[in-house]
Amino acid sequence: MDGLKYANSHEWVKHEGPVATIGITDHAQDHLGEVVFVELPEPGGSVSQGKGFGAVESVKATSDINSPISGEVVEVNSKLSETPGLINSSPYEDGWMIKVKPSSPSELESLMGPKEYTKFCEEEDASH
Amino acid sequence: MRGSLWQLGQSIIRRLSEADKKAVARRYFASEADLKKTVLYDFHVAHGGKMVPFAGWSMPIQYKDSIMDSTVNCRENGGLFDVSHMCGLSLKGKDSVSFLEKLVIADVAGLAPGTGTLTVFTNEKGGAIDDSVITKVKDDHIYLVVNAGCRDKDLAHVEEHMKAFKAKGGDVSWHIHDERSLLALQGPLAAPVLQHLTKDDLSKLYFGEFRILDINGATCFLTRTGYTGEDGFEISVPSENALDLAKAILEKSEGKVRLTGLGARDSLRLEAGLCLYGNDMEQHISPVEAGLTWAIGKRRRAEGGFLGAEVILKQLAEGPSIRRVGFTSTGPPPRSHSEIQDEKGNNIGEITSGGFSPCLKRNIAMGYVKSGLHKAGTKAKILVRGKAYDGVVTKMPFVPTKYYKPS
Repeated sequence: MDGLKYANSHEWVKHEGPVATIGITDHAQDHLGEVVFVELPEPGGSVSQGKGFGAVESVKATSDINSPISGEVVEVNSKLSETPGLINSSPYEDGWMIKVKPSSPSELESLMGPKEYTKFCEEEDASH
Repeated sequence: MRGSLWQLGQSIIRRLSEADKKAVARRYFASEADLKKTVLYDFHVAHGGKMVPFAGWSMPIQYKDSIMDSTVNCRENGGLFDVSHMCGLSLKGKDSVSFLEKLVIADVAGLAPGTGTLTVFTNEKGGAIDDSVITKVKDDHIYLVVNAGCRDKDLAHVEEHMKAFKAKGGDVSWHIHDERSLLALQGPLAAPVLQHLTKDDLSKLYFGEFRILDINGATCFLTRTGYTGEDGFEISVPSENALDLAKAILEKSEGKVRLTGLGARDSLRLEAGLCLYGNDMEQHISPVEAGLTWAIGKRRRAEGGFLGAEVILKQLAEGPSIRRVGFTSTGPPPRSHSEIQDEKGNNIGEITSGGFSPCLKRNIAMGYVKSGLHKAGTKAKILVRGKAYDGVVTKMPFVPTKYYKPS
């Protein structure tokens, strides 16, 4: 997806204006399978780059979700508690997880762009 | 078990892995090249199988369809599983029955030829070394299948006792069926589909029964059993005929029976309330604690004569201190090692398997709690990532079993 940045732990971030939206990638949801529960932080808390902020449970496994950037959580997607499957059906739109006010926007530069991420996924799949 | 997303492929393996921790570590870090392949490996890959390391083998965790769909399809239509990683074994000789009775809790002598049962290999302390489906083929031939992850220790255990038994003049020998492959065909279409491939009348073969017969032109060992709670079969087929048989089964079902991987197999057995050795049953857990008292033959309860019998018979008389129970819960699905608390927050046990049930669309789990707190309807708290969620002891199987029994 254009305009998105990606972490090597398979989360995406979209930075627009003062707020960045974070979710997991289509590649990640595809590998996880049907998401049955999403655990999100409380608004007002903080997240750090590379550190876990929540978890996604699928039929297959439990996975920690790491934040691609640091900042303050300003909003969480409350729809996911009732409809966790949004992560599968719409990982980049309705399945977003949290919105963050970035504390160090320069962190975005350390993340991958779309082409780089696609290549990264291909290489990772090939090594499994 | 949990991991970050990039550990995805691995986390499921940890959850499904059985046997002791050292063996898990050894398998976990085994390189792809060290993994054994079943004769169906290429067939799995050609059908979109996502291959993962499991008990030293490269096995399909799932195919193109999701674990959810695959699980539901097995119950609605049927599933075909390659379980060739499991170890088939024959004990032969006129003392096979008395030999095996020293190692397992079943009344093997009381089994009619051509019938079998689930049993447990016990250790001196009454704990479980492995669970196994055993069949008395004839009075001098027992056929059994043990878990892939327990193969080495099981064979060492049997061999050690066999040596001592033979030294005293006992007549028993073994054959490990590495020349055969094992397929499990499960679900409502299992019998009608398999009937297309054999002249034997399968309507006369009931749950737990065994027959040696021709299927699709090969001599097979057929057991009406499985690990899903559905009607179905496990078919031991000569390895050179395994691929043809798998293809024939899929073809005769007109696509309704689908290849089904380890992921769905785990969901299916959990829904059926069946133990996974290494999770729900271990060296320190007795068959009584595991809720398998029914598998201890009546005569065996009176006579003992198996390893750990003293401990087990005492537990039978006095009641075990812990018991395996089922749970349903709210919140995230409980996983192995989730703590169980009473409503006041006291620790009462631990979850050993858990997940989201594809068929019931809710969380199900099993675990061990203190006796007295094991009755269906007992409320509890289950801790997941430090948060307590409501759970309730629930009768198993979670999904009704559909074994084919005489009416």
